[in-house]
Amino acid sequence: MSAAMLKVENVSAGYAGFQALFGVSLEVKAGESVAVIGPNGAGKTTLLRAISKLIGVTGGDIAMEGRSLKAVPAHEVIGYGIAQVPENRRLFPRLTVAENLKMGGFLPSARARHDERLAFVYSLFPRMKERSGQLAGTLSGGEQQMCAIGRALMSGPKLLLLDEPSAGLAPVVVQSIFEMLKRICSEGYTVLIVEQNIRQVLKVVDRAYLLETGRIKQSGAAADLLASDEIRKAYLGI
Amino acid sequence: MGDIFDIFLLESVLNGLLLGGLLALLSLGLNLIFGVIDVVWICYAELIMVGMYAVYYFHVSFGWPLIFAMLAGILIVAAAGAALHYFVIRPVLTAEPINQLLVTGGVLFFLQAAATLVFGIEFKNLGVTFSPIVIGEISFSMPRLIAFGAALGGMLGMYLFLTRTYIGTAIRAISQDRAIMPLMGVNPNRIFLVTSALGGALAGLGACLLVLQYDIHPAIGLSFGPITFLICVLGGLGNMVGGFAAAFIFAQFISVGGFFFAIEWGYVIAFLFFIGMMFWRPQGIFGAK
Repeated sequence: MSAAMLKVENVSAGYAGFQALFGVSLEVKAGESVAVIGPNGAGKTTLLRAISKLIGVTGGDIAMEGRSLKAVPAHEVIGYGIAQVPENRRLFPRLTVAENLKMGGFLPSARARHDERLAFVYSLFPRMKERSGQLAGTLSGGEQQMCAIGRALMSGPKLLLLDEPSAGLAPVVVQSIFEMLKRICSEGYTVLIVEQNIRQVLKVVDRAYLLETGRIKQSGAAADLLASDEIRKAYLGI
Repeated sequence: MGDIFDIFLLESVLNGLLLGGLLALLSLGLNLIFGVIDVVWICYAELIMVGMYAVYYFHVSFGWPLIFAMLAGILIVAAAGAALHYFVIRPVLTAEPINQLLVTGGVLFFLQAAATLVFGIEFKNLGVTFSPIVIGEISFSMPRLIAFGAALGGMLGMYLFLTRTYIGTAIRAISQDRAIMPLMGVNPNRIFLVTSALGGALAGLGACLLVLQYDIHPAIGLSFGPITFLICVLGGLGNMVGGFAAAFIFAQFISVGGFFFAIEWGYVIAFLFFIGMMFWRPQGIFGAK
Protein backbone atom coordinates (compact mmCIF):
# COMPACT_ATOMS: atom_id res chain seq x y z
CA MET A 1 0.00 0.00 0.00
CA SER A 2 1.46 3.29 -1.10
CA ALA A 3 1.33 6.44 0.97
CA ALA A 4 -0.96 9.25 -0.08
CA MET A 5 0.49 11.80 -2.49
CA LEU A 6 -2.01 14.46 -1.50
CA LYS A 7 -3.48 14.41 1.97
CA VAL A 8 -6.28 16.82 2.89
CA GLU A 9 -6.94 16.54 6.60
CA ASN A 10 -9.92 18.04 8.34
CA VAL A 11 -9.77 21.20 6.22
CA SER A 12 -12.06 24.16 6.82
CA ALA A 13 -12.06 27.11 4.50
CA GLY A 14 -14.29 29.87 3.20
CA TYR A 15 -14.63 33.47 2.20
CA ALA A 16 -15.20 36.59 4.28
CA GLY A 17 -18.19 35.84 6.51
CA PHE A 18 -19.03 32.59 4.78
CA GLN A 19 -17.64 29.14 5.53
CA ALA A 20 -17.69 26.75 2.56
CA LEU A 21 -15.76 23.69 3.82
CA PHE A 22 -16.28 22.00 7.20
CA GLY A 23 -13.53 19.55 8.16
CA VAL A 24 -13.03 17.93 4.79
CA SER A 25 -10.60 15.00 4.61
CA LEU A 26 -9.54 13.11 1.53
CA GLU A 27 -6.44 11.64 -0.04
CA VAL A 28 -5.08 10.89 -3.48
CA LYS A 29 -2.46 8.19 -4.02
CA ALA A 30 0.20 8.32 -6.72
CA GLY A 31 -1.15 7.19 -10.07
CA GLU A 32 -4.77 7.38 -8.96
CA SER A 33 -7.56 9.39 -10.50
CA VAL A 34 -10.02 10.69 -7.96
CA ALA A 35 -13.17 12.74 -8.39
CA VAL A 36 -14.97 15.02 -5.98
CA ILE A 37 -18.60 15.07 -7.02
CA GLY A 38 -21.52 16.98 -5.65
CA PRO A 39 -24.16 19.56 -6.42
CA ASN A 40 -23.62 23.19 -7.27
CA GLY A 41 -22.44 25.15 -4.25
CA ALA A 42 -21.20 22.10 -2.34
CA GLY A 43 -17.72 23.63 -1.98
CA LYS A 44 -15.95 21.66 -4.73
CA THR A 45 -14.26 24.67 -6.30
CA THR A 46 -13.42 26.03 -2.86
CA LEU A 47 -11.67 22.76 -2.09
CA LEU A 48 -9.41 23.04 -5.15
CA ARG A 49 -8.80 26.71 -4.43
CA ALA A 50 -7.76 25.77 -0.90
CA ILE A 51 -5.35 23.09 -2.17
CA SER A 52 -3.77 25.65 -4.52
CA LYS A 53 -3.70 28.16 -1.65
CA LEU A 54 -5.71 30.69 -3.67
CA ILE A 55 -7.79 31.04 -0.52
CA GLY A 56 -6.66 30.66 3.07
CA VAL A 57 -7.27 27.49 5.04
CA THR A 58 -8.80 28.26 8.42
CA GLY A 59 -8.47 24.81 9.91
CA GLY A 60 -6.80 21.46 9.25
CA ASP A 61 -3.87 20.85 6.95
CA ILE A 62 -3.01 19.97 3.38
CA ALA A 63 0.16 18.02 2.64
CA MET A 64 1.79 17.09 -0.64
CA GLU A 65 4.13 14.10 -0.45
CA GLY A 66 4.32 14.54 3.30
CA ARG A 67 5.19 18.25 3.15
CA SER A 68 2.64 20.62 4.64
CA LEU A 69 1.40 23.45 2.42
CA LYS A 70 0.32 25.48 5.45
CA ALA A 71 2.94 28.24 5.15
CA VAL A 72 3.35 28.02 1.36
CA PRO A 73 2.18 31.05 -0.67
CA ALA A 74 -0.06 30.36 -3.68
CA HIS A 75 2.60 30.97 -6.33
CA GLU A 76 4.91 28.37 -4.76
CA VAL A 77 2.37 25.53 -4.67
CA ILE A 78 3.10 24.64 -8.30
CA GLY A 79 6.71 24.04 -7.24
CA TYR A 80 5.42 21.13 -5.12
CA GLY A 81 4.14 19.49 -8.32
CA ILE A 82 0.52 20.61 -8.10
CA ALA A 83 -0.95 22.21 -11.22
CA GLN A 84 -4.54 23.36 -11.51
CA VAL A 85 -6.82 23.76 -14.53
CA PRO A 86 -9.16 26.39 -13.11
CA GLU A 87 -12.90 26.66 -13.49
CA ASN A 88 -13.92 28.19 -16.85
CA ARG A 89 -10.39 27.48 -18.16
CA ARG A 90 -9.20 31.04 -17.56
CA LEU A 91 -6.84 31.20 -20.54
CA PHE A 92 -5.15 34.49 -21.31
CA PRO A 93 -7.41 35.48 -24.21
CA ARG A 94 -5.03 37.91 -25.91
CA LEU A 95 -1.99 35.64 -25.70
CA THR A 96 -1.44 33.00 -28.36
CA VAL A 97 -1.89 29.31 -27.65
CA ALA A 98 1.89 28.89 -27.59
CA GLU A 99 2.24 31.82 -25.14
CA ASN A 100 -0.45 30.39 -22.87
CA LEU A 101 1.44 27.11 -22.81
CA LYS A 102 4.65 28.99 -22.12
CA MET A 103 3.08 30.64 -19.07
CA GLY A 104 2.22 27.19 -17.70
CA GLY A 105 5.94 26.43 -17.70
CA PHE A 106 6.93 29.71 -16.04
CA LEU A 107 8.86 28.12 -13.16
CA PRO A 108 12.62 28.29 -13.78
CA SER A 109 12.85 24.50 -13.35
CA ALA A 110 10.17 24.08 -16.05
CA ARG A 111 11.76 26.51 -18.52
CA ALA A 112 14.69 24.22 -19.13
CA ARG A 113 12.31 21.50 -20.30
CA HIS A 114 9.97 23.76 -22.29
CA ASP A 115 10.62 22.26 -25.75
CA GLU A 116 10.30 18.68 -24.58
CA ARG A 117 7.03 19.30 -22.74
CA LEU A 118 5.62 21.39 -25.56
CA ALA A 119 6.25 18.47 -27.91
CA PHE A 120 4.41 16.21 -25.45
CA VAL A 121 1.41 18.55 -25.20
CA TYR A 122 1.30 18.82 -28.99
CA SER A 123 1.41 15.04 -29.31
CA LEU A 124 -1.46 14.78 -26.83
CA PHE A 125 -3.45 17.55 -28.54
CA PRO A 126 -2.33 17.87 -32.18
CA ARG A 127 -4.98 20.59 -32.59
CA MET A 128 -2.97 22.82 -30.28
CA LYS A 129 0.00 22.61 -32.61
CA GLU A 130 -2.17 23.71 -35.54
CA ARG A 131 -3.51 26.61 -33.47
CA SER A 132 -0.23 27.54 -31.76
CA GLY A 133 -0.10 31.06 -33.22
CA GLN A 134 -3.78 31.80 -32.70
CA LEU A 135 -5.07 33.98 -29.84
CA ALA A 136 -6.52 31.76 -27.12
CA GLY A 137 -9.67 33.90 -26.94
CA THR A 138 -10.57 32.83 -30.48
CA LEU A 139 -10.50 29.08 -29.75
CA SER A 140 -13.68 27.01 -29.47
CA GLY A 141 -14.72 25.83 -26.01
CA GLY A 142 -13.28 22.36 -26.45
CA GLU A 143 -10.02 23.71 -27.82
CA GLN A 144 -9.78 26.12 -24.90
CA GLN A 145 -10.08 23.20 -22.51
CA MET A 146 -7.27 21.39 -24.34
CA CYS A 147 -5.14 24.51 -24.10
CA ALA A 148 -5.91 24.93 -20.39
CA ILE A 149 -4.99 21.30 -19.67
CA GLY A 150 -1.87 21.63 -21.83
CA ARG A 151 -0.90 24.77 -19.94
CA ALA A 152 -1.13 22.90 -16.63
CA LEU A 153 0.92 19.99 -18.02
CA MET A 154 3.74 22.37 -19.05
CA SER A 155 4.90 22.59 -15.43
CA GLY A 156 5.42 18.82 -15.39
CA PRO A 157 3.05 18.29 -12.46
CA LYS A 158 2.83 15.19 -10.31
CA LEU A 159 -0.76 16.01 -9.46
CA LEU A 160 -3.26 17.60 -11.81
CA LEU A 161 -6.27 19.40 -10.34
CA LEU A 162 -9.19 19.87 -12.73
CA ASP A 163 -12.07 22.17 -11.84
CA GLU A 164 -15.30 21.40 -13.73
CA PRO A 165 -13.66 20.70 -17.10
CA SER A 166 -17.04 20.04 -18.74
CA ALA A 167 -18.80 23.16 -17.44
CA GLY A 168 -20.20 25.55 -20.02
CA LEU A 169 -19.47 23.31 -22.98
CA ALA A 170 -21.87 21.94 -25.57
CA PRO A 171 -22.97 18.31 -24.96
CA VAL A 172 -21.02 17.03 -27.97
CA VAL A 173 -17.89 18.73 -26.68
CA VAL A 174 -18.43 17.38 -23.16
CA GLN A 175 -18.18 13.88 -24.59
CA SER A 176 -14.79 14.66 -26.14
CA ILE A 177 -13.59 16.29 -22.92
CA PHE A 178 -14.18 13.04 -21.03
CA GLU A 179 -12.39 11.10 -23.77
CA MET A 180 -9.51 13.52 -23.24
CA LEU A 181 -9.57 12.95 -19.47
CA LYS A 182 -9.42 9.19 -19.98
CA ARG A 183 -6.25 9.70 -21.99
CA ILE A 184 -4.73 11.98 -19.36
CA CYS A 185 -5.41 9.35 -16.67
CA SER A 186 -4.00 6.58 -18.83
CA GLU A 187 -0.82 8.66 -19.32
CA GLY A 188 -0.13 7.92 -15.66
CA TYR A 189 -0.95 11.36 -14.27
CA THR A 190 -2.35 11.55 -10.77
CA VAL A 191 -5.59 13.46 -11.11
CA LEU A 192 -8.04 15.09 -8.73
CA ILE A 193 -11.09 16.23 -10.61
CA VAL A 194 -14.11 18.16 -9.47
CA GLU A 195 -17.28 17.65 -11.51
CA GLN A 196 -21.00 18.18 -11.55
CA ASN A 197 -21.37 15.81 -14.47
CA ILE A 198 -21.44 12.87 -12.09
CA ARG A 199 -22.40 10.05 -14.42
CA GLN A 200 -19.64 10.84 -16.90
CA VAL A 201 -16.86 11.48 -14.42
CA LEU A 202 -17.53 8.29 -12.45
CA LYS A 203 -16.89 6.32 -15.63
CA VAL A 204 -13.42 7.86 -15.93
CA VAL A 205 -11.96 7.90 -12.40
CA ASP A 206 -10.91 5.16 -9.95
CA ARG A 207 -12.42 6.58 -6.77
CA ALA A 208 -14.70 9.42 -5.77
CA TYR A 209 -15.85 11.49 -2.83
CA LEU A 210 -19.33 12.97 -2.57
CA LEU A 211 -19.24 16.51 -1.20
CA GLU A 212 -22.45 18.13 0.05
CA THR A 213 -22.72 21.52 1.77
CA GLY A 214 -19.03 21.52 2.59
CA ARG A 215 -18.83 18.02 4.08
CA ILE A 216 -17.78 14.64 2.65
CA LYS A 217 -20.93 12.50 2.67
CA GLN A 218 -19.76 9.34 0.98
CA SER A 219 -16.68 7.90 -0.67
CA GLY A 220 -15.58 4.77 -2.43
CA ALA A 221 -14.69 3.15 -5.73
CA ALA A 222 -16.25 4.97 -8.68
CA ALA A 223 -18.12 1.87 -9.81
CA ASP A 224 -19.64 1.39 -6.34
CA LEU A 225 -20.79 5.00 -6.15
CA LEU A 226 -22.27 4.75 -9.61
CA ALA A 227 -24.27 1.75 -8.38
CA SER A 228 -25.25 3.22 -4.99
CA ASP A 229 -28.93 3.89 -4.53
CA GLU A 230 -28.42 7.24 -2.84
CA ILE A 231 -26.37 8.68 -5.68
CA ARG A 232 -28.57 7.16 -8.34
CA LYS A 233 -31.66 8.73 -6.79
CA ALA A 234 -30.23 12.11 -5.86
CA TYR A 235 -27.95 12.81 -8.78
CA LEU A 236 -28.59 10.52 -11.68
CA GLY A 237 -32.37 10.66 -11.58
CA ILE A 238 -32.80 6.93 -11.86
CA MET B 1 1.73 77.62 -53.63
CA GLY B 2 5.36 77.74 -54.62
CA ASP B 3 8.12 75.20 -54.10
CA ILE B 4 9.41 76.88 -50.95
CA PHE B 5 6.02 76.54 -49.28
CA ASP B 6 5.96 72.79 -49.86
CA ILE B 7 9.47 72.35 -48.54
CA PHE B 8 8.58 74.04 -45.26
CA LEU B 9 5.39 72.03 -44.97
CA LEU B 10 7.41 68.88 -45.56
CA GLU B 11 9.85 70.03 -42.90
CA SER B 12 7.10 70.44 -40.33
CA VAL B 13 5.62 67.05 -41.22
CA LEU B 14 9.04 65.47 -40.70
CA ASN B 15 9.58 67.38 -37.47
CA GLY B 16 6.15 66.19 -36.36
CA LEU B 17 7.30 62.66 -37.08
CA LEU B 18 10.37 63.15 -34.89
CA LEU B 19 8.24 64.65 -32.11
CA GLY B 20 5.80 61.74 -32.48
CA GLY B 21 8.54 59.21 -31.78
CA LEU B 22 9.46 60.99 -28.56
CA LEU B 23 5.84 61.36 -27.43
CA ALA B 24 5.23 57.70 -28.25
CA LEU B 25 8.07 56.72 -25.94
CA LEU B 26 6.77 58.95 -23.14
CA SER B 27 3.26 57.51 -23.42
CA LEU B 28 4.52 53.92 -23.57
CA GLY B 29 5.66 53.91 -19.94
CA LEU B 30 2.40 55.36 -18.67
CA ASN B 31 0.40 52.91 -20.79
CA LEU B 32 2.46 49.97 -19.57
CA ILE B 33 1.77 50.86 -15.95
CA PHE B 34 -1.93 51.41 -16.51
CA GLY B 35 -2.36 48.35 -18.73
CA VAL B 36 -0.68 46.02 -16.27
CA ILE B 37 -1.28 47.46 -12.80
CA ASP B 38 -4.48 49.37 -13.58
CA VAL B 39 -3.19 52.51 -11.90
CA VAL B 40 -2.46 55.88 -13.51
CA TRP B 41 0.82 57.42 -12.47
CA ILE B 42 -0.25 61.08 -12.56
CA CYS B 43 3.28 61.89 -11.39
CA TYR B 44 4.86 60.15 -14.40
CA ALA B 45 6.28 63.37 -15.89
CA GLU B 46 7.75 64.28 -12.50
CA LEU B 47 9.76 61.05 -12.64
CA ILE B 48 11.05 62.34 -15.98
CA MET B 49 11.97 65.60 -14.26
CA VAL B 50 13.91 63.67 -11.61
CA GLY B 51 15.73 61.84 -14.39
CA MET B 52 16.64 65.09 -16.12
CA TYR B 53 18.15 66.46 -12.92
CA ALA B 54 20.01 63.19 -12.39
CA VAL B 55 21.58 63.36 -15.86
CA TYR B 56 22.42 67.02 -15.30
CA TYR B 57 24.15 66.48 -11.97
CA PHE B 58 26.07 63.39 -13.03
CA HIS B 59 27.28 65.09 -16.21
CA VAL B 60 27.75 68.73 -15.23
CA SER B 61 28.49 68.56 -11.50
CA PHE B 62 30.27 65.19 -11.25
CA GLY B 63 31.83 65.38 -14.70
CA TRP B 64 30.72 61.92 -15.83
CA PRO B 65 30.72 61.34 -19.58
CA LEU B 66 27.22 62.07 -20.90
CA ILE B 67 26.43 58.47 -21.84
CA PHE B 68 27.24 57.21 -18.33
CA ALA B 69 25.29 60.06 -16.77
CA MET B 70 22.34 59.00 -18.90
CA LEU B 71 22.63 55.33 -17.93
CA ALA B 72 22.77 56.37 -14.27
CA GLY B 73 19.72 58.58 -14.83
CA ILE B 74 17.76 55.67 -16.32
CA LEU B 75 18.72 53.42 -13.41
CA ILE B 76 17.74 56.04 -10.85
CA VAL B 77 14.31 56.61 -12.39
CA ALA B 78 13.80 52.84 -12.72
CA ALA B 79 14.53 52.53 -9.00
CA ALA B 80 12.20 55.46 -8.33
CA GLY B 81 9.45 53.68 -10.29
CA ALA B 82 9.90 50.52 -8.24
CA ALA B 83 9.94 52.55 -5.02
CA LEU B 84 6.79 54.41 -6.09
CA HIS B 85 5.03 51.09 -6.52
CA TYR B 86 6.32 49.54 -3.33
CA PHE B 87 5.68 52.46 -0.98
CA VAL B 88 2.77 54.32 -2.60
CA ILE B 89 0.81 52.12 -5.02
CA ARG B 90 0.91 48.78 -3.23
CA PRO B 91 -0.93 49.97 -0.13
CA VAL B 92 -3.76 51.40 -2.31
CA LEU B 93 -3.83 48.66 -4.93
CA THR B 94 -7.34 47.56 -4.01
CA ALA B 95 -8.59 51.05 -3.12
CA GLU B 96 -10.99 53.14 -5.19
CA PRO B 97 -9.46 54.48 -8.46
CA ILE B 98 -10.02 58.06 -7.29
CA ASN B 99 -7.86 57.41 -4.23
CA GLN B 100 -5.11 55.93 -6.38
CA LEU B 101 -5.29 58.99 -8.61
CA LEU B 102 -5.12 61.35 -5.64
CA VAL B 103 -2.17 59.59 -4.05
CA THR B 104 -0.07 59.72 -7.25
CA GLY B 105 -1.24 63.33 -7.63
CA GLY B 106 0.17 63.92 -4.18
CA VAL B 107 3.49 62.44 -5.29
CA LEU B 108 3.46 64.87 -8.24
CA PHE B 109 3.31 67.90 -5.96
CA PHE B 110 5.73 66.33 -3.50
CA LEU B 111 8.33 65.79 -6.23
CA GLN B 112 7.82 69.29 -7.62
CA ALA B 113 8.15 70.90 -4.23
CA ALA B 114 11.10 68.73 -3.27
CA ALA B 115 12.86 69.57 -6.56
CA THR B 116 12.31 73.28 -5.95
CA LEU B 117 13.74 72.93 -2.48
CA VAL B 118 16.75 70.82 -3.43
CA PHE B 119 17.62 72.03 -6.92
CA GLY B 120 16.29 75.61 -6.84
CA ILE B 121 14.03 77.30 -9.36
CA GLU B 122 16.68 78.48 -11.82
CA PHE B 123 16.75 76.82 -15.24
CA LYS B 124 19.61 74.42 -15.80
CA ASN B 125 20.89 72.91 -19.00
CA LEU B 126 23.58 70.49 -20.03
CA GLY B 127 25.36 73.11 -22.13
CA VAL B 128 25.76 70.57 -24.90
CA THR B 129 25.15 71.99 -28.38
CA PHE B 130 24.74 70.19 -31.66
CA SER B 131 24.81 71.70 -35.12
CA PRO B 132 21.70 71.02 -37.16
CA ILE B 133 21.79 68.49 -39.94
CA VAL B 134 20.84 69.95 -43.29
CA ILE B 135 19.53 67.76 -46.05
CA GLY B 136 18.72 69.73 -49.18
CA GLU B 137 16.74 72.71 -47.94
CA ILE B 138 15.45 71.00 -44.83
CA SER B 139 17.30 71.23 -41.56
CA PHE B 140 16.86 68.84 -38.65
CA SER B 141 17.86 69.41 -35.07
CA MET B 142 20.35 66.79 -33.99
CA PRO B 143 18.83 66.22 -30.50
CA ARG B 144 15.47 65.56 -32.15
CA LEU B 145 16.99 63.01 -34.49
CA ILE B 146 18.76 61.33 -31.57
CA ALA B 147 15.54 61.41 -29.55
CA PHE B 148 13.59 59.86 -32.41
CA GLY B 149 16.15 57.09 -32.98
CA ALA B 150 16.56 56.30 -29.28
CA ALA B 151 12.79 56.38 -28.72
CA LEU B 152 12.22 53.91 -31.54
CA GLY B 153 15.06 51.77 -30.19
CA GLY B 154 13.59 51.88 -26.69
CA MET B 155 10.16 50.91 -27.94
CA LEU B 156 11.55 48.07 -30.05
CA GLY B 157 13.48 46.82 -27.03
CA MET B 158 10.33 46.94 -24.93
CA TYR B 159 8.38 45.09 -27.62
CA LEU B 160 11.00 42.34 -27.78
CA PHE B 161 11.10 42.09 -23.99
CA LEU B 162 7.32 41.80 -23.70
CA THR B 163 7.02 39.21 -26.47
CA ARG B 164 10.17 37.10 -26.14
CA THR B 165 10.88 36.67 -22.43
CA TYR B 166 9.07 34.79 -19.70
CA ILE B 167 8.79 37.87 -17.48
CA GLY B 168 7.56 39.96 -20.43
CA THR B 169 4.92 37.38 -21.33
CA ALA B 170 3.88 37.25 -17.68
CA ILE B 171 3.52 41.06 -17.71
CA ARG B 172 1.09 40.79 -20.63
CA ALA B 173 -0.68 37.83 -19.04
CA ILE B 174 -1.20 39.52 -15.68
CA SER B 175 -2.98 42.42 -17.38
CA GLN B 176 -5.51 39.89 -18.74
CA ASP B 177 -6.12 37.77 -15.63
CA ARG B 178 -4.48 38.84 -12.40
CA ALA B 179 -6.20 36.31 -10.13
CA ILE B 180 -4.90 33.09 -11.68
CA MET B 181 -1.25 34.12 -12.03
CA PRO B 182 -0.27 32.20 -8.85
CA LEU B 183 -1.43 28.99 -10.57
CA MET B 184 1.34 29.62 -13.13
CA GLY B 185 3.88 29.96 -10.33
CA VAL B 186 3.99 33.73 -10.85
CA ASN B 187 4.13 36.06 -7.87
CA PRO B 188 1.97 39.01 -8.98
CA ASN B 189 3.70 41.41 -6.58
CA ARG B 190 7.04 40.68 -8.17
CA ILE B 191 5.66 41.23 -11.69
CA PHE B 192 4.16 44.56 -10.60
CA LEU B 193 7.50 45.62 -9.16
CA VAL B 194 9.34 44.68 -12.37
CA THR B 195 6.70 46.48 -14.46
CA SER B 196 7.05 49.61 -12.33
CA ALA B 197 10.82 49.54 -12.71
CA LEU B 198 10.37 49.19 -16.48
CA GLY B 199 7.91 52.09 -16.55
CA GLY B 200 10.47 54.08 -14.58
CA ALA B 201 13.25 53.09 -16.99
CA LEU B 202 11.14 54.34 -19.91
CA ALA B 203 10.59 57.64 -18.08
CA GLY B 204 14.36 57.72 -17.49
CA LEU B 205 15.07 57.19 -21.17
CA GLY B 206 12.56 59.95 -21.95
CA ALA B 207 14.44 62.19 -19.51
CA CYS B 208 17.74 61.55 -21.29
CA LEU B 209 16.20 62.57 -24.62
CA LEU B 210 14.37 65.63 -23.29
CA VAL B 211 17.40 66.93 -21.44
CA LEU B 212 19.17 67.29 -24.79
CA GLN B 213 16.46 69.68 -26.01
CA TYR B 214 15.03 71.48 -23.01
CA ASP B 215 16.16 73.39 -19.95
CA ILE B 216 15.48 71.69 -16.63
CA HIS B 217 13.33 73.28 -13.92
CA PRO B 218 11.13 71.85 -11.17
CA ALA B 219 7.89 72.41 -13.14
CA ILE B 220 9.12 70.91 -16.41
CA GLY B 221 6.86 67.90 -15.80
CA LEU B 222 3.84 70.08 -16.46
CA SER B 223 5.05 70.60 -20.04
CA PHE B 224 4.93 66.87 -20.78
CA GLY B 225 2.67 65.26 -18.19
CA PRO B 226 -0.73 66.41 -19.51
CA ILE B 227 0.13 65.76 -23.15
CA THR B 228 1.47 62.27 -22.33
CA PHE B 229 -1.68 61.47 -20.42
CA LEU B 230 -3.93 62.80 -23.20
CA ILE B 231 -2.09 60.71 -25.79
CA CYS B 232 -2.63 57.60 -23.68
CA VAL B 233 -6.35 58.40 -23.37
CA LEU B 234 -6.61 59.14 -27.09
CA GLY B 235 -5.07 55.79 -27.95
CA GLY B 236 -7.17 53.96 -25.37
CA LEU B 237 -5.65 53.98 -21.87
CA GLY B 238 -3.46 50.90 -21.43
CA ASN B 239 -3.41 50.15 -25.16
CA MET B 240 0.26 50.41 -26.15
CA VAL B 241 -0.34 50.17 -29.91
CA GLY B 242 -3.09 52.79 -29.67
CA GLY B 243 -0.81 55.10 -27.70
CA PHE B 244 1.90 54.70 -30.32
CA ALA B 245 -0.46 55.76 -33.13
CA ALA B 246 -2.03 58.55 -31.06
CA ALA B 247 1.40 60.03 -30.34
CA PHE B 248 2.14 60.44 -34.05
CA ILE B 249 -1.32 61.88 -34.75
CA PHE B 250 -0.99 64.35 -31.89
CA ALA B 251 2.50 65.34 -32.97
CA GLN B 252 1.31 66.13 -36.49
CA PHE B 253 -1.43 68.40 -35.13
CA ILE B 254 1.15 70.24 -33.07
CA SER B 255 3.77 70.47 -35.80
CA VAL B 256 1.68 71.06 -38.92
CA GLY B 257 -0.89 73.13 -36.97
CA GLY B 258 2.02 75.21 -35.73
CA PHE B 259 3.25 75.60 -39.28
CA PHE B 260 -0.03 76.98 -40.64
CA PHE B 261 -0.69 79.25 -37.67
CA ALA B 262 1.70 79.82 -34.80
CA ILE B 263 3.38 77.18 -32.66
CA GLU B 264 1.02 77.86 -29.71
CA TRP B 265 -1.90 77.33 -32.06
CA GLY B 266 -0.56 73.87 -32.83
CA TYR B 267 -1.23 72.89 -29.22
CA VAL B 268 -4.63 74.55 -29.23
CA ILE B 269 -5.65 72.58 -32.33
CA ALA B 270 -4.26 69.34 -30.91
CA PHE B 271 -6.21 69.75 -27.67
CA LEU B 272 -9.38 70.72 -29.55
CA PHE B 273 -8.96 67.54 -31.56
CA PHE B 274 -8.59 65.63 -28.31
CA ILE B 275 -11.78 67.10 -26.86
CA GLY B 276 -13.67 66.31 -30.07
CA MET B 277 -12.39 62.74 -30.01
CA MET B 278 -13.56 62.35 -26.41
CA PHE B 279 -17.11 63.02 -27.60
CA TRP B 280 -16.78 60.79 -30.62
CA ARG B 281 -14.68 57.90 -29.27
CA PRO B 282 -14.31 58.26 -25.50
CA GLN B 283 -12.77 54.79 -25.28
CA GLY B 284 -9.86 55.95 -27.48
CA ILE B 285 -9.03 55.36 -31.11
CA PHE B 286 -8.10 51.73 -30.56
CA GLY B 287 -9.86 51.18 -27.25
CA ALA B 288 -12.55 48.56 -26.87
CA LYS B 289 -15.96 49.81 -25.76
